[in-house]
Amino acid sequence: MKIKRLLSLLTASLLVFSMTACESTAEDFEEEEEEIEYQTLTVEDDEYYSRFRGQGITINVYNWGEYISDGADEGTLDVNAEFYELTGIKVNYSTYATNEELYAKLKGGGASYDIIIPSDYMISRMIKEDMLTPLNLENIPNYETYIMDNFKNPVYDEENRYSVPYTWGTVGIIYDSSVIDIPKEEIDWDILWNEDYADQILMFDNPRDAFAIAEIMLGYSLNTENEAELEAAAEKLTEQKKVVQAYVMDEIFDKMGAGDALIAPYYAGDALGILEENEYLEFVIPKSGTNLFVDAICIPKSAKQKEAAEMYINFLCEPDIAYATATYIGYSTPHTAAFERLDDEVKNDGISYPADEYLAENTEVFNNLSDEANLKMQELWTNMKSAQDETHNRWLVPMFMLVCVATSIGILIRRHIIRKRDIF
Amino acid sequence: MKKRFSSVLISAPYLVWMVVFILVPLIMVGYFAFTDPEGNFTLDYVADVARYSNIFIRSVWLAAIATVVCLVIAYPLAFILTRMSKNRQSTMLMIVMLPMWMNFLLRTYAWMALLGNNGIINSLLGLIGIGPFKMLNTQGAVVLGMVYNYLPFMILPLYSVMTKIDKSVLEAASDLGCNSANTLFRVIIPLTVPGITSGTTMVFVPAISTFIISRMLGGGGNLLIGDLIEMQFLGNSYNPNLGASISLVLMVIILLIMTIMNQFNDDDDKVLM
Repeated sequence: MKIKRLLSLLTASLLVFSMTACESTAEDFEEEEEEIEYQTLTVEDDEYYSRFRGQGITINVYNWGEYISDGADEGTLDVNAEFYELTGIKVNYSTYATNEELYAKLKGGGASYDIIIPSDYMISRMIKEDMLTPLNLENIPNYETYIMDNFKNPVYDEENRYSVPYTWGTVGIIYDSSVIDIPKEEIDWDILWNEDYADQILMFDNPRDAFAIAEIMLGYSLNTENEAELEAAAEKLTEQKKVVQAYVMDEIFDKMGAGDALIAPYYAGDALGILEENEYLEFVIPKSGTNLFVDAICIPKSAKQKEAAEMYINFLCEPDIAYATATYIGYSTPHTAAFERLDDEVKNDGISYPADEYLAENTEVFNNLSDEANLKMQELWTNMKSAQDETHNRWLVPMFMLVCVATSIGILIRRHIIRKRDIF
Repeated sequence: MKKRFSSVLISAPYLVWMVVFILVPLIMVGYFAFTDPEGNFTLDYVADVARYSNIFIRSVWLAAIATVVCLVIAYPLAFILTRMSKNRQSTMLMIVMLPMWMNFLLRTYAWMALLGNNGIINSLLGLIGIGPFKMLNTQGAVVLGMVYNYLPFMILPLYSVMTKIDKSVLEAASDLGCNSANTLFRVIIPLTVPGITSGTTMVFVPAISTFIISRMLGGGGNLLIGDLIEMQFLGNSYNPNLGASISLVLMVIILLIMTIMNQFNDDDDKVLM
């Protein structure tokens, strides 16, 4: 019997093994066909980077998932390993999925990070709540040299004391052009409300991004705190609910790639990845305007190795590293030297790098909202999502009560029977 | 005296564990639920929970359906299992456990691929000319996800109770003139009540507080309590007080339901005696 169990275990593990083996050979094959570009790292100021060598320093970096070049693809740089080799500083790297997760982690205390990369609105919130340390830009010479001028002094950090931009992008619409025969130029946000495509539309499962779309359509600022405007936006989103197939975030990638939905809003950098998966998919940045988001590198108050962290920031702004990051993530880069080295195809496709006039006039960066506005938005969002069809509500409550009553009666009857038995 | 000391020493790690990981978090939940961000006592947040009553009702309802479906599927299955030869039993038990070797998220992801509009099931149905049916992003899909993920928790306690039923008890029942229906209702079911209650608990409690299943299979439009709690911590506004209040109310509901379930258990101990 034992042998049999062992055998079944073995076969199961063999099965798993052979499956993974198959996968890896298939991958190897693909890679061989492609031409590999080998990235190398050269830095100008070796001395600057060797200051902390031999001191056994470790810095804790907390970044978005898949948001740094890790050398997984052949020929690419492993940023953290290169940093260790260059400076002797060890990088303890961990990841988060949302700004709010990062915030909750820092707010809850107990975690100490030296580098974090939040988005715009979260940076202004952290500045307001005194959670960030001002940077000493003298320790980050690459900032002055390489960062594009229009990303300096942003609205979320007007004096540029706390953050160094890492990546940026816009929000656009991804759609299946084999079904939707509207010319690309005419597609605007209202397509997400189009009843002809009911149940084929995906929407952001994140109040800030979802409200932003409604606010653009209504002509409000994306940073409005006006209660009436927020309510109007929520009403707009409630109107949309009947045509929405699902509220999702990262699943947009799978669902659009598999053809489960026709239209979805998405971030430009990630959208490029989906376009490669399905030839009919198109991406458009609506002309009526959109949200411009920036993720920037900051040092939290709790950081223990501030100077080493600044060195890491400077390292991320090295042209070779910034280029590796830009090609790996696919988001737009605020780094001049990295931008120049990109393929012309990427620079001119209008997705990652829209025209400057469009960026200046039709986009808006998120800023932090007041606590009241945030609470209001959260409440409106929950109400919008939890509101059910009337037909459902009428069923639910009576049935629930019936079940409760039935159980209690059942218990009573049981007891009665048992008591009777006991008597005899 | 010596013996006492050693027994304290042995149980010390467990006691520390209980205090640090069970008692302290519970106290913190209670503290946050009854205070405002400044730390002053308030009942506002607990009172606010009433606003989400429809989400509570939906969660209880869907979890109850999932539990009943699990019970209906698992009961005959567990019984059939006990009737098999010993070798077969261990193989079958392993098959029951097999899905649990995989990560829970991956398993739920697989259901997304199966149920989608262009998913595997709809493609197969399309081959014979029916469909596509809308299966993903419905409440049915959420219940399916719960049943699929928690079914082993129902099967295992039922199975372990049923293996303890002596065959001679069943023989005696038929000797004394019980037909098969009577044997089932008057012998087997009363004897397996402890398994039913613990299985129900083990399915119902995780099902009512799940959040990832409803997000992945319910399309985000079918909020459950778990989603609501998660939104208070990782959503747009960081609101641990409301989150703790909702958790507290959920705990009270579970407590109530568990007390009702235990009522069955107690009664049956008496019957057996």
